Amino acid sequence: MIKTDILIIGAGPTGLFTVFEAGLLKLKCHLIDALPQPGGQCSEIYPKKPIYDIPAFPEILAGDLVTNLMKQIEPFQPGFTLGERAQTIKKLEDGTFIVTTNKGTEHQAPVVAIAGGLGSFEPRKPPITNISAYEDKGVEYIIRDPEVYRGKKVVIAGGGDSALDWSIFLTDVAESVTLVHRRNEFRGALDSVEKVQELKNAGKIELITPAEIIDVVGEEKVQGVSIKRGAEVSNKECDHFIPLFGLAPKLGPIADWGLEIEKNAIKVDNTLDYQTNIPGIYAIGDVNTYPGKLKLILCGFHEATLMCQSAYQRIFPDKRYVMKYTTVGGVEGFDGSKKEAPKAVVKSID
Amino acid sequence: MKDITIHITDRNGKTHEVLAPTDMNMNLMEVIRSFELAEEGTIGVCGGMAMCASCQCYVESDHALPEMSYDEDLMLAEAFHVEANSRLGCQLFITEALEGLKVTLAPAEG
Repeated sequence: MIKTDILIIGAGPTGLFTVFEAGLLKLKCHLIDALPQPGGQCSEIYPKKPIYDIPAFPEILAGDLVTNLMKQIEPFQPGFTLGERAQTIKKLEDGTFIVTTNKGTEHQAPVVAIAGGLGSFEPRKPPITNISAYEDKGVEYIIRDPEVYRGKKVVIAGGGDSALDWSIFLTDVAESVTLVHRRNEFRGALDSVEKVQELKNAGKIELITPAEIIDVVGEEKVQGVSIKRGAEVSNKECDHFIPLFGLAPKLGPIADWGLEIEKNAIKVDNTLDYQTNIPGIYAIGDVNTYPGKLKLILCGFHEATLMCQSAYQRIFPDKRYVMKYTTVGGVEGFDGSKKEAPKAVVKSID
Repeated sequence: MKDITIHITDRNGKTHEVLAPTDMNMNLMEVIRSFELAEEGTIGVCGGMAMCASCQCYVESDHALPEMSYDEDLMLAEAFHVEANSRLGCQLFITEALEGLKVTLAPAEG
C-alpha cells in the first residue's frame, strides 16, 4: 500500500505543480497516470508546440514546461505510479481514501486531487463493426509483450510513429508483417518512414496503401482481415490485427466515482477550494468545471495552489497556518535541500 | 468586418443557423463550441492543433475553402468516418468568404 498526504490523479502540468504547492506546506504527494511518462497532454500530444501564455515565459515548448516542472518539484520527492489508470476509490471510516489502479496498485491518502485533464489516454478504436468481438482474441490496440507475435502473421493499421515503429520492430519477431494505411504518406518520424521503405524493398514488410481494414474475420479468434483498396476488397490471412491509431483521452472510471459530472467534467466549488461534492476529493485543471471555467494551464496552477491550502486544513484541522512567500521562506525540500534568498551583505563606509 | 451565417448540422441531425464573427480569428470548431452544438470534451480535444480529429465535419456547400495543410491532411488520414468532403473544423477560419457555409459534424469517436 502506497501512503501519502495528497494523492494526485494525473501527472500533467496541474498535477505536477500541485506537488510544489503541497511541498511548501510540508505535504507529501504521489501521482498516478495512465501514461508511462509525466506531462499529460504536453508530453503525449504536443511536446514540440510552443505555449505563449505561461506567465513570465514569453514562449516555452510544452515538453520544456514539463521538464521545468519536474525540476521544480524534485526537492519534494513525489512518488509516481505510471502506466496505470486510477480505477476505483473507496472511503474508509477514518476519512481516508483508497485508490486502486487497473493493475491493482493500492494508494491511501486523506486527500485526493483529481488533475486528470480530459481523462486518461486510451487507444483510439477504429469503427469496424465486429471488432470488439475479437478484442484479446487477436485484436490488440496496445502491444504489451512483443513475444506474443513470435512466428505469427501480423497486420498493423495506422500511419503514425507507433504503427511505423512496431512494424519495424516486429519484422524480427513475426512470421510476416503487413502495414495498412489510408495514405501513401506517413505522419511518423522521417527515419522511421525511411526504415519502413527499406524493409519494404527488402520484402520484410508488406505495405498496403492507400487502403483500410473494413472487417475482421475468423471463428472465435482472428483469422484474417478484409482490406479495401479503392473499389477493390481483398482478404488477408493473419493471426493478429493491431490497429495503432494513437491515444485519445477519456474520462473513464472516474465518471463512476459518485462525483457530480457536467459537460464531461467534474463540478467543483470554485468560490472556495475546488472541492467536489465528496469532501476530501478535489478536482483541478482541465478536468473540473464551474461558472466561467477556462481550460488553461495557468488556471490549473492557480486552482492547485488554493486546493493545497484547503487540503492542509483538512489534514490538520486544528493547526493555524498562513501562506508564506517563497522569497521569505525559501524552499525546504524533503531531501534536505534548502533554497533561499542570499543574505544581504552589510558593510559600513568609514 | 461583418458576421457571417453558417448552417451547422449537429451529431443528432439537427441543423442550426448561427452568426459567426469574422474579426475574432475564430475557427469553425470554436464557433461550434461557442454555440454548444457538441458536447464539451467531444470536440476540440487537442485544442485546435489538428492533432486529433474530434472536430471533423463534412462540408456540404461548394465554398472555395482554403487548401488543406500537411498537418490537417495527415490527421484526416488517421481519422475515422472520413469522407471526400471531410475537413477539420479547427483549420477552417471564419472569413467573409464562408458566408452561407453548410457543414455537418462527423460522429464522435466511440
